[in-house]
Amino acid sequence: MLFRKKKNLNEASLGLKIGAIFGILFLHVPLFFIILYAFTTEDKSYQFPPPGYTLKWFSIVLGREDIWNAVGLSLQVALISTLSAIVLGTLAAAALFKASFFGRDYITLLIILPIALPGIITGISLRSAFGVAGIPFSTWTIIIGHATFCMVVVYNNVVARLRRSSPNLIQASMDLGANNIQTFFYVILPNLGTAILAGGMLAFALSFDEVIVTTFTAGQQTTLPIWMLSELIRPRQRPITNVVAVFIICITFIPILYASYMTRNTTDTDGSSK
Amino acid sequence: MTSALENFSNYLYRNKHILLLLFLLPPLLWLGIIYLGSLIVFLFHSLFYLDGFTGKVVYKISLSTIIELFSSPANIDILIRTVMLASVVSLGAAIIGFPIAYYMAKYTTPKIKVFFYLAIMLPLWSSYLVRVYSWKLILAKEGIISWFLAKLHLTWLLEAILALPVIGGPSLSISYLGMFLVFTYIWLPFMILPIQASLERVPNSLINASYDLGATKRQTFYKVILPLALPGIAAGSIFTFSLTLGDYIIPYIIGTSKFFIGQAVYTHQGTAGNIPLAAAFSLVPIAVMAVYIYFAKKLGAFNAL
Repeated sequence: MLFRKKKNLNEASLGLKIGAIFGILFLHVPLFFIILYAFTTEDKSYQFPPPGYTLKWFSIVLGREDIWNAVGLSLQVALISTLSAIVLGTLAAAALFKASFFGRDYITLLIILPIALPGIITGISLRSAFGVAGIPFSTWTIIIGHATFCMVVVYNNVVARLRRSSPNLIQASMDLGANNIQTFFYVILPNLGTAILAGGMLAFALSFDEVIVTTFTAGQQTTLPIWMLSELIRPRQRPITNVVAVFIICITFIPILYASYMTRNTTDTDGSSK
Repeated sequence: MTSALENFSNYLYRNKHILLLLFLLPPLLWLGIIYLGSLIVFLFHSLFYLDGFTGKVVYKISLSTIIELFSSPANIDILIRTVMLASVVSLGAAIIGFPIAYYMAKYTTPKIKVFFYLAIMLPLWSSYLVRVYSWKLILAKEGIISWFLAKLHLTWLLEAILALPVIGGPSLSISYLGMFLVFTYIWLPFMILPIQASLERVPNSLINASYDLGATKRQTFYKVILPLALPGIAAGSIFTFSLTLGDYIIPYIIGTSKFFIGQAVYTHQGTAGNIPLAAAFSLVPIAVMAVYIYFAKKLGAFNAL
């Protein structure tokens, strides 16, 4: 009797399994439908099941210059914002991870604030600041907004890595006769490299599909998410939107998967050490 | 050249505070001037007011905009509606997210845990707009849910639900129920991860002790596991609550014509040109979150992050 009870307890109950499976399905099934709809022949409604399947929307999208321009702008913005966020976020992480000085907690808060506050507040603030300062909207105004909230992603990744890496490594390097610069390039940077890269990948994914702040800092320019948003509010070209959605899924999944691959060994220790 | 660089780096190594300052200066200048500067200037507008006749902002300090915010019944409606929605979404996300978090924390092998982790991180980081869009397909009148329920001969059930007073509407994609589903779906990963982290720290021996002392599964859950998971739920709800409070896109795409705080901010700063009222509206989610975080901190939410 006792034995049976014990065995029973070490296994998840049926209800828990169903709940967990339901939750995972709830998270993922919607994206499958997007992929399915990219092949539908129906172009006037969201009819399900699709009346027929076709590949023609993909070739139409390939020839659409406005979409390619939007993709180009989004990539450009994401790339420059990510690079700025990497520099600023890594510097902040290096300064804050073990320092203790007056106001440190406030600076940490300041770094987190851009993603903690609703995007609309950040967006309007920047917009009115650009207005007051007389800065015309350009690619750079979008980048300023994106770099601000991407910084925290890099910061988080690098701080987590710095907390786990041992300061003895640096001492050892110096004891073995390396100077500061050698230590930096041979010990510190390789140690942080994957964390910086993973943070950068996530920042890229975040920037590539950001729409709320961008709405306020883009002026008349159209990034891919802004194009998408206008289609969501007033659907005019449903099949094209479906294909673009699939494209966005692909282009954001790659950096996310890569980032989790880069940090795969650290997530485990992270969980168990806590 | 190299030796100059080396001397300089040695100097920095010995004077850590100067190194610290050099590190901190660029991000601090960026966030302090560009971000915080514009944020403060914008929020400060809530102390100005709009001249009713000229439609221009009057730059004189006064509380009239804030009084306007809290005295107009329409505005109060918006505030209450948004806070209610955020609460219901947080609750929904906790209920749907808990089984995944629990299963992940207690019953998985390391390999399966990595799979779960990825299954939660992918939606968390992938495109917000595309994920909202997918629900437009699912909730549409001619869409997936309607088809599915028709196959099960349950169309009457959908119609009955849509006929309900508050949560119903002409179709799922124009109802509070639909909005609730979409919000819960979008923010769910933010709820799962902190709950999982807090459950992972509950030692198995504690659960076994509860069983050994004669508690049933149900008793163990309510008296041991749930109280210990509470900090995680509180931490997750900080995200779900705050993100719902400020969102204006989901209510635009899926939802009724009734406004939420985000939409109110958007309209007032845009077409209406009433920046002071937009700023006053923006103060509400900030104030609500400050209070919320204060109480969540007392529940130990920050240890769960």
